[in-house]
Amino acid sequence: MEPLATQIDALAHTHVRECYQCGKCTAGCPVAERMANPPNQIIRWVQIGQVGRALRGDSIWECVSCQTCSTRCPKSVNCAGVIDALRQLAVERAADAPARRRVVLFQKAFLHNIRRNGRLSELDLVRQFKTAVFFKDLSIPFLLKDALLGPRMFQRGKLHLTGQKVRDRELVDRIFARCLQSTPQAPAELSPEEHP
Amino acid sequence: MEFGYYPGCALHGSSNDYEKSVRACLAALGARLRELDDWICCGATAAHVINQTLAVALPARNLGVAERDGLASVLAPCPMCSMELLKAGRMMADDATLRQTISDIVEIPVEGKTEVLNLIQVLQRIGLDTIKEAVTKPLEGVSAACYYGCLLTRPPATVRFDDCEHPSSMETILEALGAKTVAWNYKTECCGAGMTMAGEETVLDLSNKILANAAAHGANCLVVACPMCHVNLDMKQADIARRYGHAHNMVVYYLSDLVGLALGLSKRDLAIDKHFVVK
Repeated sequence: MEPLATQIDALAHTHVRECYQCGKCTAGCPVAERMANPPNQIIRWVQIGQVGRALRGDSIWECVSCQTCSTRCPKSVNCAGVIDALRQLAVERAADAPARRRVVLFQKAFLHNIRRNGRLSELDLVRQFKTAVFFKDLSIPFLLKDALLGPRMFQRGKLHLTGQKVRDRELVDRIFARCLQSTPQAPAELSPEEHP
Repeated sequence: MEFGYYPGCALHGSSNDYEKSVRACLAALGARLRELDDWICCGATAAHVINQTLAVALPARNLGVAERDGLASVLAPCPMCSMELLKAGRMMADDATLRQTISDIVEIPVEGKTEVLNLIQVLQRIGLDTIKEAVTKPLEGVSAACYYGCLLTRPPATVRFDDCEHPSSMETILEALGAKTVAWNYKTECCGAGMTMAGEETVLDLSNKILANAAAHGANCLVVACPMCHVNLDMKQADIARRYGHAHNMVVYYLSDLVGLALGLSKRDLAIDKHFVVK
């Protein structure tokens, strides 16, 4: 198997080669209709060494991680795990897919927030996420979109102006540092024919 | 009966109505909760998208603390938290090399022997007979669509709970309390989960289908056991109405809300007055 597929198998704790393309993953996927390339096609690309096409496409960023594909696979291929592995590789390589931008910015803002506080501060997350999207897209409607929701949440005691912090925040920071460092270095390269 | 307790970020944030409901309901049943000391976020929707090691380490740290403090069973009322804790626990128990690597990363030994429970399992532990005996106001007039969403039953090898295609554990509890439940199609379909902000269109589309299917099968309320499901199906109902031109006006209860009401607790005790759709 080519190196990237091996790396994906290891990250997802699965064997992509097992897939025989029955399409059950795609049949049950709640967002398949939003994907240009549905789950079974993404798995096929990994099998035939065309990982770059999956990394550059938008489809992996539509996945809502509901686990239906992995649950129903008759060959126990962890399809949702493969998509997570592809997303990790795409982020590490900064492979570009326009539609992924907001999702990645959101997940990065989320992790940044946890790394700093140990727990999520929702208001902080919203502020960071909206600011990051604004500087990428310069979209004022998106910046203001949930402005009316804020007061309604506040009224219900659902917005906390200051988020919770854990006592041992340095420990959390060390955990993050070790994990991000322990990622396999020098990831396998895309095969030449895959470059655009 | 005492359980360890991992609230998770949502229950200490905007889903504090769920925490109030869980605490009130379980207290009324005589169960005590011991919150995990200095717990940290499980990584939720973000860690597994960005880094697989982090996605194991964050929940594993909490399991290590539970083991150190002698908490054999831990309630995690958020299915995202409980699934991540269970997944990390199984990986620790099954893989000695990974166990050592992760224990070093999180600075505490983690064996993965903690039993992680969702809210339904805790109610099952307390026992249907005990709950039935405590009922003072049977749930008359309730026709509930029990909604399990994704992670209460998936992935089945990880969570090992109920039937992943046709779960019925919530129905069993609610019917024992006098409620009717409906047979419907979207019990285990996804509501979009943590994509509420980053992929709102997806959430509105999926949640709209769930609400419509519940109504079409005669439900007068939805019942969930997940903070994210509640956000998408309750808080987002106004956005769904704006987008699809149809107001479902469907009340969405947490399971602990309905159990609590049957035990005679008030809507305020259970923070039902904090929901967005209120009847």
